[in-house]
Amino acid sequence: MGENLPEGGFGLYLHWPFCQAKCPYCDFNSHVAANIDQARWLRAYEAEIDRIAAETGPRLLRSIFFGGGTPSLMAPETVAAILDRVRLRWPMANDIEITLEANPTSVEAGKFRAFQAAGVNRLSMGVQALNDMDLRALGRMHSAEEAVQAFDIAREIFDRVSFDLIYARQGQSAADWRRELQQALEMAVDHLSLYQLTIEPETVFGRRHAAGKLPNLPDEDAAIDMWEVTQEICDAAGLRSYEVSNHARQGAESQHNLIYWRCGDYAGIGPGAHGRLTSSAGRAATEALRAPGAWLEAVETQGSGEVPRETLSRDDQLSEFLLMGLRLREGVSLDRLTRLGGARLNRPISELEAEGWLSQTEGRLAVTVTGRPVLEAILRRLLTD
Amino acid sequence: MTDLSHIRNFSIVAHIDHGKSTLADRLIQLTGTVAERDMKAQLLDSMDIERERGITIKANSVRIEYPAKDGQTYILNLIDTPGHVDFGYEVSRSMRAVEGSLLVVDATQGVEAQTLANVYQAIDADHEIVPVLNKIDLPAAEPERVKAQIEDVIGIDASHAIPISAKTGLGIPDVLEAIVTQLPPPKGDRDAPLKAMLVDSWYDSYLGVVVLIRVMDGVIRKGERIKMMKTGAVYGIDKLAVLKPQMVDIAELGPGEIGIFTGSIKQVRDTRVGDTITHEKRGCAVALPGFKPSIPVVFCGLFPVDANEFEDLRDAIEKLALNDASFTYEMETSAALGFGFRCGFLGLLHLEVVRDRLEREYDIDLITTAPSVVYQIYMRDGTLRELHNPADMPDLTLVDHIEEPRIKATILVPDEYLGDVLKLCQDRRGIQEDLTYAGSRAMVVYDLPLNEVVFDFYDRLKSVTKGYASFDYHLTGYRQDNLVKMQVLVNDEPVDALSMMVHRDRAESRGRQMVEKLKELIPRHMFKIPIQAAIGGKVIARETLSALRKDVTAKCYGGDATRKRKLLDKQKAGKKKMRQFGKVEIPQEAFINALKMDS
Ligand SMILES: Nc1nc2c(ncn2[C@@H]2O[C@H](COP(=O)(O)OP(=O)(O)O)[C@@H](O)[C@H]2O)c(=O)[nH]1
Ligand SMILES: C[S@@+](CC[C@H](N)C(=O)[O-])C[C@H]1O[C@@H](n2cnc3c(N)ncnc32)[C@H](O)[C@@H]1O
Ligand code: SF4
Ligand SMILES: [Mg+2]
Repeated sequence: MGENLPEGGFGLYLHWPFCQAKCPYCDFNSHVAANIDQARWLRAYEAEIDRIAAETGPRLLRSIFFGGGTPSLMAPETVAAILDRVRLRWPMANDIEITLEANPTSVEAGKFRAFQAAGVNRLSMGVQALNDMDLRALGRMHSAEEAVQAFDIAREIFDRVSFDLIYARQGQSAADWRRELQQALEMAVDHLSLYQLTIEPETVFGRRHAAGKLPNLPDEDAAIDMWEVTQEICDAAGLRSYEVSNHARQGAESQHNLIYWRCGDYAGIGPGAHGRLTSSAGRAATEALRAPGAWLEAVETQGSGEVPRETLSRDDQLSEFLLMGLRLREGVSLDRLTRLGGARLNRPISELEAEGWLSQTEGRLAVTVTGRPVLEAILRRLLTD
Repeated sequence: MTDLSHIRNFSIVAHIDHGKSTLADRLIQLTGTVAERDMKAQLLDSMDIERERGITIKANSVRIEYPAKDGQTYILNLIDTPGHVDFGYEVSRSMRAVEGSLLVVDATQGVEAQTLANVYQAIDADHEIVPVLNKIDLPAAEPERVKAQIEDVIGIDASHAIPISAKTGLGIPDVLEAIVTQLPPPKGDRDAPLKAMLVDSWYDSYLGVVVLIRVMDGVIRKGERIKMMKTGAVYGIDKLAVLKPQMVDIAELGPGEIGIFTGSIKQVRDTRVGDTITHEKRGCAVALPGFKPSIPVVFCGLFPVDANEFEDLRDAIEKLALNDASFTYEMETSAALGFGFRCGFLGLLHLEVVRDRLEREYDIDLITTAPSVVYQIYMRDGTLRELHNPADMPDLTLVDHIEEPRIKATILVPDEYLGDVLKLCQDRRGIQEDLTYAGSRAMVVYDLPLNEVVFDFYDRLKSVTKGYASFDYHLTGYRQDNLVKMQVLVNDEPVDALSMMVHRDRAESRGRQMVEKLKELIPRHMFKIPIQAAIGGKVIARETLSALRKDVTAKCYGGDATRKRKLLDKQKAGKKKMRQFGKVEIPQEAFINALKMDS
């Protein structure tokens, strides 16, 4: 089977749902658990890998991503065993990208070499902030210095490293952010994820915010200033954004995440993991049970951790194609857009083009520089008419 | 058939909450008219909304058999009348069907605005009046003070006023005795040709149109053919009954008696309240003097929130109108709101009651546009136009002048709030006509434009007087004033559903209020949106809704595709609730809230 089924490639996402502590802003499927029977979890991952592989057949794997939660809390042996099983089931591209998300504490830094030996070749580290006061406010378990040290270790061990920062934090000004980002760029290698803090309703921050107890969040004007600072400084440092919140030197983009944004196929394994699998029967959206215990039991007793699948209609696929693809600087292929029935969007597209929000060049449709900060509004106009 | 001397017909007049419905319940209960197990509070208020709001909307009647102290059994017919000003027309016509009234005054409150309005209707109808002081079980009751007040303010003898507690039942036997001894029996000639008054009519889903009548002369029997003198329509009597208050069939009704009949009448609209009913053959020669039909004084647009529900709304409105002849409607189209109806009401409470019923009984979400009164537009060419909808305002160059309806408002208020009330009335372009004192309460009479009252007058009055003021009004006529149509422009496009008539001097402040409210209610767009209020071409208030600057999700990975897609699908469905206006989308709540009559 060719890897062009569909365009965008094929990757594997593995979700590890545990963390040392729950951060107050985080609405990922992450939980704090006392003792985790890693051997039992490994068996479940292996069983799921076998199940999905039997379904997809031997498709060429471009990337693997251990996400979380905090996958750096996994025993390196667990990671190694999972990767062994994956190798058994799918052929891997020569330049396969194998990423693991890590929290920057000393405990985890001590395991980096073992992760590398297991086959991980890219590390994505959640640094979040470069000063201790803000790290505490974000409920993080590490200091800035610890994070810097962990990152230095990671740089030595892995070919490719990246880290995440969260900006537009409480009390942060555009000037503060400019200084912090400049410092971050001195550390950065060739990839950075810079997220504006999102207040998610089902979190501690969400509840505090609703109760009016999360003061000094930057307003929209301040947030846009910070966004502009981000673009300006990263552009100057040669780390242009290739996606809304992701910056990289050319060639250093996260191949795994590009599969998502280019609407490729990916298997999603682990509690709450989502997948997209295209077959002759169409394109399916898969989703696993969210609760770790329930997922584990379902895998063990029913032979699958999935909830019932949804088959994506052509309209669904068109929506996903645009809402994911327009996040990328490269935009989407007009050709593929047409094949997904994009002709019915000709009117809003040309309106949005005329107004300067979208542009077409060399067979691609992309959001303009002015459009990027209001992407959701553009999508609403495209997809809710 | 009951002899005239053994019949008493009466109504109860009271300010809202003074205990009219409770007293009616006690009378019914004490005479065993309704079995104890069927007794429920506010027996005569049969609509859900009446029970919930504790108000009586439709007139209703009950026949009570009372064995008096003289050993004789009397038939007492009570017609319960609405207390609220909006339904004053119902009060006046029901009054004409009876000979006496119980005037119920809450002994802890004293005379209030609706006490006055209603008692004057009773006096106009030549009623004998028995004052009743209610709620004397309460420690705050001051029967002597209230008696004096009745004499001072209303000018009737209150020395024999009956102290009661409708709640505990204290004094109820005295009330029954007084009805027999103090109220006059009806007059009438059994041998004369049939002459009956059409008191009310309503639609019953089982029986069709039910007509409440009071027989003046002659006898009406089941199976006979009768004629409505005004409409000329002829019907056979299928059912003849008295209300106890459920229907009990009866063979005939003679002079002085009150009852209902049905007779394959299709719509309530086919009946005219106040019409005279007689036999098809050998009918009476002279009809009773008719009532003037009630006319709507407040209009507003009702639009379905979901444009697909227009047909449902039409059905619902038609059904509702079957039972409410005072409510008018005609189709209306609005560029902003699509298809809907322009509806006329007797007042704001009537408007709310109808809207509530449409939403509740027919399950339709509605957008209500700003209530407007009826303006008379005198055109240069000498013609006169009635303006029910500000959107239809003719070109000003063709208009000679505009007249607006005025009311006479009576407000009773404790001394300490008087200053605030006067200021409120003054701010609303009121002209003071009278200011007197009744004990520690002041009574002010103001001449006010109705349009200043339909907005949020009740609410303001309630809030400045902490709920201690009572208010009543009636229309007095039309007067010329400096009235203009204020338009609202969103992104330079006029939004017809938001335009309103205002007095020139009040235009700036209303315009400012409106644009400020809209600025909060309209979500930001990708461009900045000017929101203006204008008179003719002249902008009198302006706000600018700034453009959306940032709206982008920070994180969107594999698992978020589904969530985002579903969110967009939901927003797509939600768009039905948005109205496209030029390039601007206005959520329907914006119309409701910008125009909110804070009543
Ligand atoms: N304490 C007391 N409360 C009463 C009495 N009569 C009526 N009420 C209460 O006053 C309120 C208004 O009574 P209602 O009969 O509905 O008044 P209406 O609006 O005149 O029909 C209700 O809460 C009654 O329970 C009474 O004699 N004593
Ligand atoms: C799966 S999460 C966490 C990975 C790892 N457990 C950690 O916390 O470092 C990936 C990234 O999403 C970002 N993130 C999580 N919640 C966020 C929020 N509410 N607003 C903005 N960014 C958030 C953080 O930068 C985080 O590093
Ligand atoms: S931010 Fe990372 S460490 Fe914190 S709760 Fe979320 S997944 Fe766990
Ligand atoms: Mg009542």
